[in-house]
Amino acid sequence: MLRTNVRDTRALSGRKVDKKFVVKHLFRYLKPHLFLLALVFFLNILGTVSNLVGPWLCGRAIDEIKPAGGTDFSQIALYAGILCALYVVSALLEYLSSVGMAYISRRIVKKMRVDVFAHLTRLPVGFYENRQAGDIISVLSYDIDTVGESLANDVVIVLKSCVMIVGSLVMMLLIAPLLVTVFAVTVPLSVFLTRFIVGRVQPLFRRRSQKLGELNGFVEEITAGQKTTRAYNCEEKIISDFEKKNDEAIRAYARAEYLGTISGPCVNFVNNLSLTLISVCGALLFMHPLFGVEMTAGGISSFVLYSRKFSGPINEIANIMGEFQSAIAAAERVFRVLEEPKEPSDPENAVPLENVRGDVRIEHLNFGYLPEKKVLNDFSLSVEKGQVVAIVGHTGAGKTTIINLLMRFYDPCGGKIEIDGQDISTLTRASVRRAFTMVLQDTWLFAGTIRENIAYGAGEVSREEVERVCKAAKIHSFITKLPNGYDTVLTDNAVNISKGQKQLLTIARAMLMDSPMLILDEATSNVDTRTEQIIQEAMTTLMKGRTCFVIAHRLSTIRRADKIIVMREGNVVEQGTHETLMAQNGYYAQLYYSQFESY
Amino acid sequence: MKKTLKYIKPYSGTVAAGLVLKFAGSVAELFLPQLLGRIIDDVAANDALSSDQKLKYTLILGGVMLFCAAVALLGNIFANRLTVISSGKMTHDLRYDLFRKTSYLSSRQVDSVGLPSLISRLTSDSYYVNQMVARTLRLGVRAPILILGGMILAFSEDAVLACVLLACVPIVGITVFLITRQSVPVYFSVQKKQDEMVQRTQENVTGVRVIRALDKSKFETEKFDEVVKELAATEFKANKIMSLSNPLATLTLNLGLVVLIVVGALRANSAGTVLEFLQFFVIILNAMIALTKIFVVISRGSASASRIESVLDMNTEEEILSLPEGDPELAICFENVSFSYNGVENNLKDVSFSLRHGQTLGIIGSTGSGKSTLVNLLLHFYDAGAGRILVDGKDVRSYSQKELRKKFGVVFQSDFLMAASLRENVDYGRGLSDEQILRALDHAQARAFADEHGGLDFLLAQKGDNLSGGQKQRLLVARALAGDPEILVLDDSSSALDYETDAALRRALSREYADATKVIIAQRVSSIRHADLILVLEDGKIIGSGKHEELVNSCEEYALIYATQMGAERGRETC
Repeated sequence: MLRTNVRDTRALSGRKVDKKFVVKHLFRYLKPHLFLLALVFFLNILGTVSNLVGPWLCGRAIDEIKPAGGTDFSQIALYAGILCALYVVSALLEYLSSVGMAYISRRIVKKMRVDVFAHLTRLPVGFYENRQAGDIISVLSYDIDTVGESLANDVVIVLKSCVMIVGSLVMMLLIAPLLVTVFAVTVPLSVFLTRFIVGRVQPLFRRRSQKLGELNGFVEEITAGQKTTRAYNCEEKIISDFEKKNDEAIRAYARAEYLGTISGPCVNFVNNLSLTLISVCGALLFMHPLFGVEMTAGGISSFVLYSRKFSGPINEIANIMGEFQSAIAAAERVFRVLEEPKEPSDPENAVPLENVRGDVRIEHLNFGYLPEKKVLNDFSLSVEKGQVVAIVGHTGAGKTTIINLLMRFYDPCGGKIEIDGQDISTLTRASVRRAFTMVLQDTWLFAGTIRENIAYGAGEVSREEVERVCKAAKIHSFITKLPNGYDTVLTDNAVNISKGQKQLLTIARAMLMDSPMLILDEATSNVDTRTEQIIQEAMTTLMKGRTCFVIAHRLSTIRRADKIIVMREGNVVEQGTHETLMAQNGYYAQLYYSQFESY
Repeated sequence: MKKTLKYIKPYSGTVAAGLVLKFAGSVAELFLPQLLGRIIDDVAANDALSSDQKLKYTLILGGVMLFCAAVALLGNIFANRLTVISSGKMTHDLRYDLFRKTSYLSSRQVDSVGLPSLISRLTSDSYYVNQMVARTLRLGVRAPILILGGMILAFSEDAVLACVLLACVPIVGITVFLITRQSVPVYFSVQKKQDEMVQRTQENVTGVRVIRALDKSKFETEKFDEVVKELAATEFKANKIMSLSNPLATLTLNLGLVVLIVVGALRANSAGTVLEFLQFFVIILNAMIALTKIFVVISRGSASASRIESVLDMNTEEEILSLPEGDPELAICFENVSFSYNGVENNLKDVSFSLRHGQTLGIIGSTGSGKSTLVNLLLHFYDAGAGRILVDGKDVRSYSQKELRKKFGVVFQSDFLMAASLRENVDYGRGLSDEQILRALDHAQARAFADEHGGLDFLLAQKGDNLSGGQKQRLLVARALAGDPEILVLDDSSSALDYETDAALRRALSREYADATKVIIAQRVSSIRHADLILVLEDGKIIGSGKHEELVNSCEEYALIYATQMGAERGRETC
């Protein structure tokens, strides 16, 4: 259900799909499998053809049946034997070809996922800022899946259907060319009906999914906030809101289904109609051979069987066309991600940054996320090893900008940043980033054991090392109290430990990294005071002897800082030490006093 | 399942009419092959008839076939329509009752089911029940009629040939059933691998900076590749199983045909009879395949139905006790209250305090110390295990829920905002005037950003995701203030505010809501230092209570928290 929802809502926002673009890229993925693909096609055609010969042989066998003892049983046995062998072979071929196609599609899906993921790791950080995690996930899972399913199923079905249609048409022409004219009536009728219904039904089904999605979204939202609803005594209001959405959802469901359920009986009717016409016309031919064409009972039987094989696939292809559309749209989204420009690679003469001391000089830096909107104007700063730089300002004041530039997540538009006297643009990105350790407000832990999470980034480390940093970060005793200690697996988004403990774990991780420079985000919202105190102690330990850039929220940190950068609405507005800034009595002083203001 | 089926009852007339039509349509379809046989055997190959008669009878029988086809068409279309009506309405009713029930579940009951599970019962489970009812009514009736009717007609025609048919039915049925059953656990593990892949992706997207900073992209790529490899292998396994079903079903059908011809030949049946049986064959086997597919829908649907029923069966009757009253001068009074969520360890232990009208209570303490539990008990979401809680001198258990909660304006910890207009989010179904809402926004320091976003009609995203953390908190506070409550409860509702805004909010509260009794839970001392009473909680116990000045001297924990937050500034403050 979910899946169709996603498909449908995404199809809604469909602009025109660039088919040429998709085909070009898709071919790149098909290319390594061309031989196997050809083999699968061959097996498939062979299987379908042998399946097609069946009805013809059946007809021949039926013709051999003579009333009252006139039957030549050896002939019947021969036909029966051939038929059995034929059907077994055909089933085997069908199985092999669909397994073969599944194999190819799984390989392609795997390759696509690996490629997309690898590409994602090479995209600039800015890419992630404009996108929701959900969008990236749906490209990697739903979209690639859609392409894979379409390859695995639809391609085989279309191929088989085509062979079936052509083959049974040929067979029917061989048996009774005149009877084939029946299809001149029924095929257009059936195609018209299916297209008509599908065309009408698709927007209705989209609406149906949309309404159901709205209902589900509402339920999720409201149920999560149930306590609030109870506290404000507005259960009845919420129920009546729900009733409205429920009603809309059912209405949309009924409208879509009314029309949707017509198609089955209609297709059946057309099939029955052709059966009727074939019976009548067949009987007439049986009685009065026309143009020297004689019709036998067996002939009619073969013809009826072929006619079923003929009309089935036509409807099937009509149905599959819709799926093809969404597969192509999905493929386009996948390839668009692959087309995203990568982070520029390091210049050829880039050298790694080694034996870092931790002196940082920023000279006349200019930067803007958008070229027309500068956020840093001729910004300069010099920091010596072991100094603390506090960055202060309201939420959204752009405090992370400087960090983005230091870590080379973005490159400046002008000016330069030096570490130990070396311009960082001449260094390899990886080595610059390794020189820093970050402890951010949004603690990032992954599904794995506590030990893995702490050792992440440090590579091979001993148990003792891990325990040492955990003790230093004051989280060791908590970990040992867990049933599995350091081997406790952190579950989805690490819900089995508190936010504060998560932060302590990341501090321990940072201690283990032992980088000469540190980037800290002090914000500890939603952490209780006792834990906050422990975190602060751990951070203080961590900061010793390192050059630190701190997004500061605590006055104690700010007062101790060697340099303070004050940011407002994206710009650096003031810079100095606590004393000089207080003396200026500007924006910083205003910020500072607000904490101590009483009412 | 029983209770769910009761929801069909009001529509049993519609269902019955649908079934009759479906029956008529299916039977009409069954006559088609028989008529085909008659045309060949009794008319075309019958030498006793003159050619004029032959023509006449052929056309008549052809006309009857056409008529049957038309009956089948109309019968099925209208039957389907009736099915859609009844299954739609039934789903609507079931969902409505479930939602109503859910809305009135007690917190204990919600805890016992679990929130995610409750949501999935309302969403996916109700969807599966709908699917089950609709499919069963639509196909579940048609398929047995086709099989049974086909069999009856076949036996009336030729018992021996019919036996061949009968033999094939269970073979196909069992094959398809076995394959489907085999594939279920494989699909289950495909789902699990898929979840793993999604999780890895999610981790990599949210942690992109950390991963880049630690230069672990290569490591992550390898880990991801591993998952993708396993996923592909599991999916291929599922493909291999499912690929069996089509060829096997077709093979059985085809081999059955061959047997039919051989048996027909041995018994010297007429060509028309054999032809007729071939048609029966196709009809019955297709019905079999449809039937096995329905079994999957039914087994999933009935599991969902029983999950829904377990919620519907819960008792939500409200019990109002008449209990002795206390001092009406006290707005809030806790007397030796203890409480446990799971009945094993106490989350609150022997908590006592009281608050006069218009006073402010500040609560501070670490995570899990029982701060939010205290609010839950105050609003009577849970019954206290021991002791009693009085609001305005009356035990909370002797209030109706409505009466009690009318007194409150609350912001819960990580409270929720919905995808609706700003107005609706603040009003929250209480029918407040725009004036009241704007006033509340003003006091909650939310007016400026509300105006910036286009005023009361600004549409919030789900969970208010298009607002910053601080903006969300201010909006929630506005919601609590808008009803001019007698008691205002703010659980951690200013942690994302900067000090400046937090101070302005506090000023507005004391100025504009002087009469309201206030309960403020906070992590910053600055948010509660001016309270009339401050409680310091640890492990569910009160370890310090009093005014700020007293606590700084008497409660070590409090003094420590204060020192941490104020840094070296402590000596300076004297106010």
